[in-house]
Amino acid sequence: MDFSVAFNAARDSLPYMLGGVGWTAGLICGSMLLGLALGVPLSVLQVYGPKPVRRAVSLYVWLFRGIPILVQLYIFYFGLLAWLSQLPGLTDIGLDSPFTAAVLVLGLTSSAYQSQIFRGAIQSLPGGQLKAARALGMTDAQAIRTVILPQALRLSIPGWSNEYSILLKDSALAFTIGVVEIMARMRSIASTTHEPVSMAFVAGIIFFALTWVGVKGLSLLENKVRIAGYTRQGAV
Amino acid sequence: MSTPYFEFLRAELAPGLLEGLWTSVLVIVPSALLGVVIGITAGVLRVYGAKPVRWLADCYVSLFRGTPLVVQVFFWYFALPYIKIGGWSLVLDPIEAAILAFGMCSGAYQSEYIRGGLNSIKRGQIRAALALGMTTRQAVTSIVLPQAFRRALPGCGNEIIYLIKYSSLASIITVNELTGTATTIAKNTWRNIEVFCTLGVYYLALVTIAAWLLRLAEDALSVPGFERPRT
Amino acid sequence: MSDATKPAVPILEARNLIKTLGGNRVLDSVSLAIGRGKVKVLIGPSGAGKSTLLQCLNFLLPPDSGQILLEGREIDKKSKKELCSFRQQVGMIFQDFNLFDHLSALENVRVALMKVKGMGKLDATERAVAELKRVGLADKASLYPANLSGGQKQRVAIARALAMDPKIMLLDEPTSALDPELIGEVLSVIRDLAQGGMTMIMATHQISFSASLADEFMFMEKGRVVEHGSPAELLGKGSGSRTQAFCAKISELTGEAGDGEAGACRL
Repeated sequence: MDFSVAFNAARDSLPYMLGGVGWTAGLICGSMLLGLALGVPLSVLQVYGPKPVRRAVSLYVWLFRGIPILVQLYIFYFGLLAWLSQLPGLTDIGLDSPFTAAVLVLGLTSSAYQSQIFRGAIQSLPGGQLKAARALGMTDAQAIRTVILPQALRLSIPGWSNEYSILLKDSALAFTIGVVEIMARMRSIASTTHEPVSMAFVAGIIFFALTWVGVKGLSLLENKVRIAGYTRQGAV
Repeated sequence: MSTPYFEFLRAELAPGLLEGLWTSVLVIVPSALLGVVIGITAGVLRVYGAKPVRWLADCYVSLFRGTPLVVQVFFWYFALPYIKIGGWSLVLDPIEAAILAFGMCSGAYQSEYIRGGLNSIKRGQIRAALALGMTTRQAVTSIVLPQAFRRALPGCGNEIIYLIKYSSLASIITVNELTGTATTIAKNTWRNIEVFCTLGVYYLALVTIAAWLLRLAEDALSVPGFERPRT
Repeated sequence: MSDATKPAVPILEARNLIKTLGGNRVLDSVSLAIGRGKVKVLIGPSGAGKSTLLQCLNFLLPPDSGQILLEGREIDKKSKKELCSFRQQVGMIFQDFNLFDHLSALENVRVALMKVKGMGKLDATERAVAELKRVGLADKASLYPANLSGGQKQRVAIARALAMDPKIMLLDEPTSALDPELIGEVLSVIRDLAQGGMTMIMATHQISFSASLADEFMFMEKGRVVEHGSPAELLGKGSGSRTQAFCAKISELTGEAGDGEAGACRL
């Protein structure tokens, strides 16, 4: 292996590889938000909901945590969404795009994991918090919104930052259904240049950097919303 | 027009997936073992090793935890043969590459749990062991590790469950395990939804059985004071 | 205290409350009624059901059976709306404060004014500041619970309850979780409240303190009210009451703190 050839290949590939960052970032943002939007209500339902609802949430979590991302991508992209997008009225809304499928899969899976992060945080709060809110005449919905969630969400940030780095790594699987993110570009450029070693390194470094940036950003957020005397808890 | 699902499952899908299942097991078991061995080694080195050793182990862990597993799989299978040292290079067949990739990555995660377990054991335990005349190595292997392993077990078990799910990535480098077989069947029959949903059920079953076995193992090894914290 | 000659409707009345927890009958047909401006004190060994009773009185623990009446009107516990408005009128102080840990002292007092009473932020803030001043914590308004001492936390909790203009306050061992040197500041706030005419039901082990405030002692044991009467009656020399026996016992056990307690028992 000629080192300078490898280095030049790496340098030349950089702009193309970095072009994948936008797709990767889109996948992560989309799926994190979807995961958050579904994960918070799921966690509340799993803690405070009536028994059948709690069961249903557990089933949902079991399903999405038990099936590999890769298999889910195939189920959604080659199966469900391909089928749905052929139904009348659903043909033109982009259901058959690989990006949609990937965000959906990553987001739904993440919602299952995020719901468990939030659930852990809610359950780590002293039980008296809810009681005290009720004693003031708050409805349960008010108590959860103004007392429980503001505390639980703060406690969830370390778990959330963990979830970010997991999503980042899982997002690389989207290449299997044709999203042209970093991994997809690495593969195609490696096969044309016959320099897979340097391409793997470049991709590795980019992912590494993205992990670092996100984790750093979330820890800044954590400091910003920190409340005096609140101790940081380990990832739940 | 096409055979009903259960007929299709009986005649075609189930036999195919069964074969894939054996290949999956052939990949999962060795890589889990490799992962545990590497994880314990790296975990112990990261806590008790000399400084440079500790640093190396830390680098290994952050490298393998910081990059996607697919990239690593790609590296071991496609890139490794290009690395020539003294005219020699290592070419792995797909199954070997998958086992190496999964084992190395899993080991990095396992070492985190082992390290956490080791750090949770008070230093007094080692001091007491040394006071009894044990060497440091004896103290670590016979006093600290058995305790640390119990503490680390839930995490390590979880990691093995992740490994089962991520073993599906072996299909990307042409290993015909569960997912690889399913993809082939789906391509040949055009019954994507049925094939992939059935595949999902197989993984759910694998993961659920594994979780149950790990729970049994935890119970069997449990001693008072080391129970799994209930959530 | 209020005019005793006028037979008024009790502010809060409970009839035959029964509560079973984990197979144990923690409340066994307990009834009580309290008039405006009165102070009732629940005493008794731990596990007697004092805390359960207080929590049943505002349905934090729904009683299995029995009725609760606010100013003569029965509360329908099935109506969420009614339950919430009832709880607004019944202030509650917990043994472990239960301040909302993510809100400052001021915000703790203000949050229910805004969310439950729908007050504007300015009005709510003004009211919250006034309440904090009343418990002597005006200068601590911006601190978070983690930065307050136990006594300060409990005073914030009292301010939080007072801000809702409750018709009655339920106090569940308000000083039990406090270090001895912090008890005084909380007791003095409670004394001010009683002297200001607040209706209160309080569970406590501070016998001598409560004897000086209470109109009535209720001695509970095994989920029943076994004795009730004025502190003087129950604690009087030679009354032979269970209450007195219990007080004598805790004053023996607490040793040096026993002076006050024993004094109270001899009252």
